[in-house]
Amino acid sequence: MYDFEFVKPSTVDEAVAALSSEDAQALGGGQTLIPTMKQRLASPTKLVSLLGIASMAGVSENNGVVTIGGATTHADVAAAGLGAVSTLAGNIGDPAVRNRGTIGGSLANNDPSADYPAAILALGATIVTNNREIAAGDFFDGMFTTTLEEGEIITAVSFTPPSAASYQKFEQPASHFALTGVFVAKTASGVRVAVTGASEEGVHRWTTAEDALNTNFSADALEGLSVSPDGMIADLHGTAEYRANLVKVLAQRAVASC
Amino acid sequence: MTNVSMTVNGKAVSGEVEGRTLLSDFLRENLHLTGTHVGCDTSQCGACTVHVAGKMVKSCTMLALEADGGDVSTIEGMANEDGSLGVIQAAFQEHHGLQCGFCTPGMVMAASALLAENSSPSEAEIRHHLDGNICRCTGYHNIVKSIQAAASALS
Ligand SMILES: Cc1cc2nc3c(=O)[nH]c(=O)nc-3n(C[C@H](O)[C@H](O)[C@H](O)COP(=O)(O)OP(=O)(O)OC[C@H]3O[C@@H](n4cnc5c(N)ncnc54)[C@H](O)[C@@H]3O)c2cc1C
Ligand code: FES
Ligand code: FES
Repeated sequence: MYDFEFVKPSTVDEAVAALSSEDAQALGGGQTLIPTMKQRLASPTKLVSLLGIASMAGVSENNGVVTIGGATTHADVAAAGLGAVSTLAGNIGDPAVRNRGTIGGSLANNDPSADYPAAILALGATIVTNNREIAAGDFFDGMFTTTLEEGEIITAVSFTPPSAASYQKFEQPASHFALTGVFVAKTASGVRVAVTGASEEGVHRWTTAEDALNTNFSADALEGLSVSPDGMIADLHGTAEYRANLVKVLAQRAVASC
Repeated sequence: MTNVSMTVNGKAVSGEVEGRTLLSDFLRENLHLTGTHVGCDTSQCGACTVHVAGKMVKSCTMLALEADGGDVSTIEGMANEDGSLGVIQAAFQEHHGLQCGFCTPGMVMAASALLAENSSPSEAEIRHHLDGNICRCTGYHNIVKSIQAAASALS
């Protein structure tokens, strides 16, 4: 790992200022960034830790809207009693990763096999940054890419709790990431089904399943559907066809456990 | 170089580090606390597990400067004051919870974090908790047994 300057501001404004210098990068829990820097796949000259910003940590509920601070750890979300979202957070990686890793870091990274993106897309959550609010549908922009600007910080994520939700993850046992994962949520604007770990385009909605479930919310409603393996990830852990099949199986399991 | 200060096993310590100095390197190289092992250095194996503010973390995946001002516990802090083995360590010895011993510091720190939160974990809870701790000697059954024995010894 190349050396860098380390700073730990205590407000969002200070962090934004620190990030304005060239080659500066935000540091959340470091559970993705530090391994990436060790491999010299990233070499920022300045790391701006966001974990000293008190306003970015913790979970709150106000007027029926849940807000998770961008620097809230997976362990804290797991303990927050947020139903399927807490269950999801409690199954990310392992306990040590959950004690450091943050929701903001996971979303900014947008790993195609990460868990949180499925929840955020299915819940129709809002990603709050230091200067705007981004709808989940406008945030993810393909594998490892988001519509965040250079130096923009995710300060919070907010959503209206769904009336029912479930996340089903078929775990890749070595990495603990999702070989494929499906989040189903019954929201005020209908049923939403989001899929991670499967597509080369990254997290996405399975709208055909949503249509079927809006008419008949049951695992049987998906029985007649099939998912095309075109554009699905194929690697040593599973073929495109295998992942396509998992999407349907996991969606059915998620509906059944809603 | 920057000065870093923290409490390690109840003692105030400080030293000069670079931005990139890992907590594991600070413990091992600066403080000569070599009980914290570095197995993979890629965040996978958990041999480097320590506690920061009472929570288990992989010290190879945390910067020393991120622990500035913090409270760190390592395997060296797990023994009793007189140097005899602490309850969890003694349970590992008694129940053959170690073979080569390389993963053991991380296993003991993981076990102690679990038992602090959950004084009587089920076997399934213990195994889920050890998701990030790999034993190359694959002695998982006896590691689980040791943690169960430590749980009953502590209760
Ligand atoms: C062994 C292991 C197992 C794992 N298993 C899983 C798993 O099962 N499922 C899963 O989803 N993930 C898994 N992860 C990844 C983990 O969830 C990371 O914590 C997460 O991907 C990144 O969060 P972080 O806070 O550590 O971010 P960092 O590593 O600090 O940063 C990641 C990226 O996000 C940027 N960033 C960080 N915070 C913000 C912010 N608030 N605003 C804007 N940009 C920001 C950084 O600049 C960097 O580019 C695993 C990681 C490890 C090491
Ligand atoms: S040495 Fe830190 S996880 Fe393996
Ligand atoms: S005892 Fe040898 S690695 Fe676990």
